[in-house]
Amino acid sequence: MPLSRDQVRHVALLARLGLEPGDEDFYAEQLSGILRHIDRLQELNTDAIPPTAQVVEVAATLRDDEPRPCLTQEEALANAPAAVGGRFRVPSIQEDA
Amino acid sequence: MSDPTHLTISELRHLLDERELSAQELLGLHLERIEAADSDVKAYLRLTSTKAAEQAQAADRALRDGSAGPLAGIPMAVKDVLCVKGVETTAGSQILKGFKPPYTGTAVQRLFDAGAVMLGVTNCDEFAMGSSTENSGYFPTHNPWGLDRVPGGSSGGSAAAVAAGEATFSLGSDTGGSIRQPAALCGVIGMKPTYGRVSRYGLIAFASSLDQIGPFTRSVEDCALVLQTMAGHDPLDSTCADRPNDVTRGLHDGVDKMRLGVPREYFEVEGMEPGVRLAIQKALNTLESAGAELVDVRLPHTDYGLAAYYIIAPAECSSNLARFDGVRYGMSEQDAQNITEAYMKTRRKGFGAEVRRRVMLGTYALSSGYYDAYYLKAQKVRTLIKQDFDAAFAGCDAIVSGTSPTVAFPIGSKTQDPLSMYLCDVLTLGGNLAGLPGISVPCGMSDGLPVGLQVLAPQWREDIALRVARAYELAADMRVEVALVD
Amino acid sequence: MTDHSGWEVVIGMEVHVQPTTRTKMFCSCAIAPLNAAPNTHTCPVCLGLPGVLPVINKAAVEACLKTAVALDCEIPRHTKFDRKNYMYPDLPKGYQISQYDLPMSHDGHLDVGEQRVRIRRVHLEEDTGKLVHAGDKLHKAWESFVDLNRAGVPLMEIVSEPDIRSAEEARDYAMALRTLLRTVGASEADMEKGQLRAEPNISVRRAGSTELGVKTELKNINSFRNLYRAIDFEVQRQIEALESGHGVVQETRGWSDAEQRTFSQRTKEFAEDYRYFPEPDLPPLELDPAWIEELRRSLPELPEARRRRLVAQYGLPTADASLIAAERELADLFEGAVRAGADAKPAANWIIGEVAPGGIVPTITQLADVVKLVSSGSITRDQGREVLAESIRSQRSAAEVVAERGFAQVSDESELEAIVREVIADNSKAAADYRAGKKQALGALMADLKKRAPQANPSITNRLLQKLLG
Ligand SMILES: [Mg+2]
Ligand SMILES: [Zn+2]
Repeated sequence: MPLSRDQVRHVALLARLGLEPGDEDFYAEQLSGILRHIDRLQELNTDAIPPTAQVVEVAATLRDDEPRPCLTQEEALANAPAAVGGRFRVPSIQEDA
Repeated sequence: MSDPTHLTISELRHLLDERELSAQELLGLHLERIEAADSDVKAYLRLTSTKAAEQAQAADRALRDGSAGPLAGIPMAVKDVLCVKGVETTAGSQILKGFKPPYTGTAVQRLFDAGAVMLGVTNCDEFAMGSSTENSGYFPTHNPWGLDRVPGGSSGGSAAAVAAGEATFSLGSDTGGSIRQPAALCGVIGMKPTYGRVSRYGLIAFASSLDQIGPFTRSVEDCALVLQTMAGHDPLDSTCADRPNDVTRGLHDGVDKMRLGVPREYFEVEGMEPGVRLAIQKALNTLESAGAELVDVRLPHTDYGLAAYYIIAPAECSSNLARFDGVRYGMSEQDAQNITEAYMKTRRKGFGAEVRRRVMLGTYALSSGYYDAYYLKAQKVRTLIKQDFDAAFAGCDAIVSGTSPTVAFPIGSKTQDPLSMYLCDVLTLGGNLAGLPGISVPCGMSDGLPVGLQVLAPQWREDIALRVARAYELAADMRVEVALVD
Repeated sequence: MTDHSGWEVVIGMEVHVQPTTRTKMFCSCAIAPLNAAPNTHTCPVCLGLPGVLPVINKAAVEACLKTAVALDCEIPRHTKFDRKNYMYPDLPKGYQISQYDLPMSHDGHLDVGEQRVRIRRVHLEEDTGKLVHAGDKLHKAWESFVDLNRAGVPLMEIVSEPDIRSAEEARDYAMALRTLLRTVGASEADMEKGQLRAEPNISVRRAGSTELGVKTELKNINSFRNLYRAIDFEVQRQIEALESGHGVVQETRGWSDAEQRTFSQRTKEFAEDYRYFPEPDLPPLELDPAWIEELRRSLPELPEARRRRLVAQYGLPTADASLIAAERELADLFEGAVRAGADAKPAANWIIGEVAPGGIVPTITQLADVVKLVSSGSITRDQGREVLAESIRSQRSAAEVVAERGFAQVSDESELEAIVREVIADNSKAAADYRAGKKQALGALMADLKKRAPQANPSITNRLLQKLLG
């Protein structure tokens, strides 16, 4: 099924991807093309087939509750684009500020 | 002594042990080779010469006092998706420009512990998404066998580095074919282990349920050695299995009486080049004359693999890439009215077109109302594809086919049509969906460009894939040539 | 308590509890103390750096299973973790590892007094970091700052069915849950420390109506008192909104402690779509029935059962039994004291009257001794209070304190009779008045007696006085 511009806008917002001029057409056209190929999946009847999330049989291992050394504050913030007073700085989290 | 930059690990080991060559001399020769060749090939994003010098020095010390590990002094290149403490690691993306991990991933650390010398970080498609390394956020890499051609991808830099004598071995990651396909296109050996064989701790995730780290080498024996060295249980990766690390078992036992499955579907795929089909046919004959029995096997859901893959991989990547938000590291658009605007600006600017395309596709496939039709459906088809392989392996020990339907294609020839690029992986992504080990070995040329033979084995049977590959290497008297020597 | 006549209140509780662990849910960082400097308890994993992977903390799973068993939940053979995808600065990975369709446990119940609240599910997840905002109020903030010490701290999410019908029931449910969690040792469940966060989902409907009204969810409630107040306020607000015809909007509302009211927290969560899918970095978790049986067997007696037993075994009034059973420490103290020879009823009275309000808990022997000394009449009730307080303070036995203070009462009749005679002689006027029928004159004589012989057993001296005056 082809992707409408509204869908593109909605998905871009969910994915937190900004849209620049031409992007909506770009995605609508290219994603629709890929989805056209993907839609062949619908040919298969999979009602009786269980889904595979992990293909290799491994049981989760549990970790002992033993503390290990943490990074220092300096190490934690070393790659931060903006940090103030030992914290990461971000623009207002208020949407309609 | 022939040029050390052309030799295999085992050949170099001999020279190092016999003191005919020091690790530091070997390092110097490689830096010279990189100096000479990489302006054309562009395999490396950045060199780590200081680190290399330290490691080479340590290796020489170890070689002298007899404490040398199996890879002491051996020059290695590392794909830009593997975190190394203090070394800028960017996944080929502008969004991670300048990021220096405070830790080293498990696989790389094990190779360091074995004495390997890290030359530098190799180019790749951004976040390993691509089959040509043209999606690098920095520059494309060129195929040493034809500089106007792509090296394949996403691990194109690592494949090209080994092919051009710029490293003795290198590391890549394989999510849909990203080791095997560039190995084929660059005429080197590349292997993707069973999912869960090598720890993913330190591998910048593309699609977590498909990613595996693997080696590029010049001989099957080298491939087994490097894999053996980095494989095995890791308490830091819950999906890394705790089971015997026996990949080198029976490496030289040959293929006599072995049943090799030939899946018809893999010879009828869209865009299969006649030259490639011919080279593969020749390789199969060689294996047969080496004693193997070729049997027909069926993989009936092959035509659906690409579709399932292009839901599952983007869905996982859309979630894995959510952490690139400009808050804790990487590119950041701080000039924004609010956090959402900052996210959208940063990610629009920092991600390239292919990454954005897949994040959009994956987000859509997981979004409410479409989950069942796409993501869940794809997971069920993944089950069918796994069942295809189980059935096939019931009738054979390993599956042999081409690695890529085509030889290296001209740079720019597929960038406009994503689907045509995706089709590069039709023969390899099945192995990822089913979690199988797979290896690609060079099996001759077509139009002067390398062709790769793929051997797939059941889960945890790397030993079989390696044994078949080694048998072919021997029977065909195949030796990985270093390209671009004048 | 506001009037809700004509309306029925429907409340479901979503409670997030921090299990008692030394390290975080998916990495080996130590749990940060409340006063820790920002970003000093992080590692590549909980910072969400590229290339890292989660590993499940066994202690968190065990705490969650203990809780599930204590809540009589069904526990499946297999459970799995899922990713809840949304981008927010306090969520480093851009998704929260939680549990969606295969939670650690489901379908249990918690009995609160005579009332049963059904538990829908108990699952494990990870906490987010902390945001601080420039500017006093969130809506004035132009920038925010992120501390990830709390990011990745384990959380149990305990979701009830909408079986709760009032603010006090909701509060009692939360308190009963806290007691249960402490009893099984799953969590300290200290609300002030944020170890227990209660988020009620509230709706009202016309009495007798069967379909649910539009609900609101209340957040940032930091005490049981405020839990009660917030719900009471919100219920009234909803009733007024409906009666005035405005209707209720489905939304998340915050509780303002300062203003004692709830306020809309619409942070424009446009088209929230969490895109849950199985966490590919964690294989499914097998829950060995043997392990769960082991936990079931090692579980201590649960508060509700103990309350019933205190009534049955010691004949305590239900109210007293509830009060004592509500705190494991008090219940242990009570039964210990009785075992040490104290009578049940006075022991209970001392605990309810003296220990519970004071907060400082004596040792079993300290309490038992005081209760016995008072019951035997060798010291007065007031002296008993003093002895208890002092023996707790100085960590000495009641006997030592009694000796030091010379509290031991004189009960020897002949000895006391002599003193009483003196008192009568030296207070001839009061004595005469008493004999003349002024009964209140006895007070003066008693006072003088108390001055001369503070340790005199009052009941005996009283009897003697009346005898000798009569
Ligand atoms: Mg929750
Ligand atoms: Zn951590």
